Amino acid sequence: MRNYELLFIISPQVADHEVDGVIEQVKNHLTDLGTTITKVENLGRRKLAYEINHFQEGTYALIQFQSQGAEISELERRLRVMDHVLRYLTVRLDRDLRRMARMKRKRERRRGEHAQAGSPKEQRERKSGERKN
Amino acid sequence: MTNSTTTERVTTIPYRSRRRRECRFCKEHVDFIDYKDVKTLMDFIPERGKILPRRLSGVCAPHQRMLARAIKRARNMALIPYVLD
Repeated sequence: MRNYELLFIISPQVADHEVDGVIEQVKNHLTDLGTTITKVENLGRRKLAYEINHFQEGTYALIQFQSQGAEISELERRLRVMDHVLRYLTVRLDRDLRRMARMKRKRERRRGEHAQAGSPKEQRERKSGERKN
Repeated sequence: MTNSTTTERVTTIPYRSRRRRECRFCKEHVDFIDYKDVKTLMDFIPERGKILPRRLSGVCAPHQRMLARAIKRARNMALIPYVLD
């Protein structure tokens, strides 16, 4: 399973109290395609950096989910058909999350080494020992 | 430097002191640059709306790659403009 994040912009023609309905529609598509939703967030109305379909603002919504990956193309096809969705972006998260965890581990290990660092000679010996193992 | 005018020119580089500073993201231990974080991204968008080159910002190569990708994603979602005038 891979982690994905979907950010989409809902047209300002959709009233604020109807926005949740549109998000619900997208969620239904996602569950329908067999993905597991992990997080849903309404990021609220925001001014667009440039006009999209002559609209100056839109409501941003974020959904994180787990998927095999093959469903994404169908999901995006369905989003394209939805009139209320001005734009969408699906981003794969797991690679970045894994890299983040790796970097963090690396940093902590280095910090640990610093804390218990003896003389430079001792450090060298410890390192070469690690390599052998 | 043979004459004083050239020396003066070199010392008055407009952007920042010529000393290499550590990359801002490295310093703060940022492992992932989020495209939704408009505030951070806008620090690297000069007036024209282009991506600030790392020779001016001092960002390291790996972080500049992350940054560039984040900016492009944010542009696509109208969080950041493609062009500013």
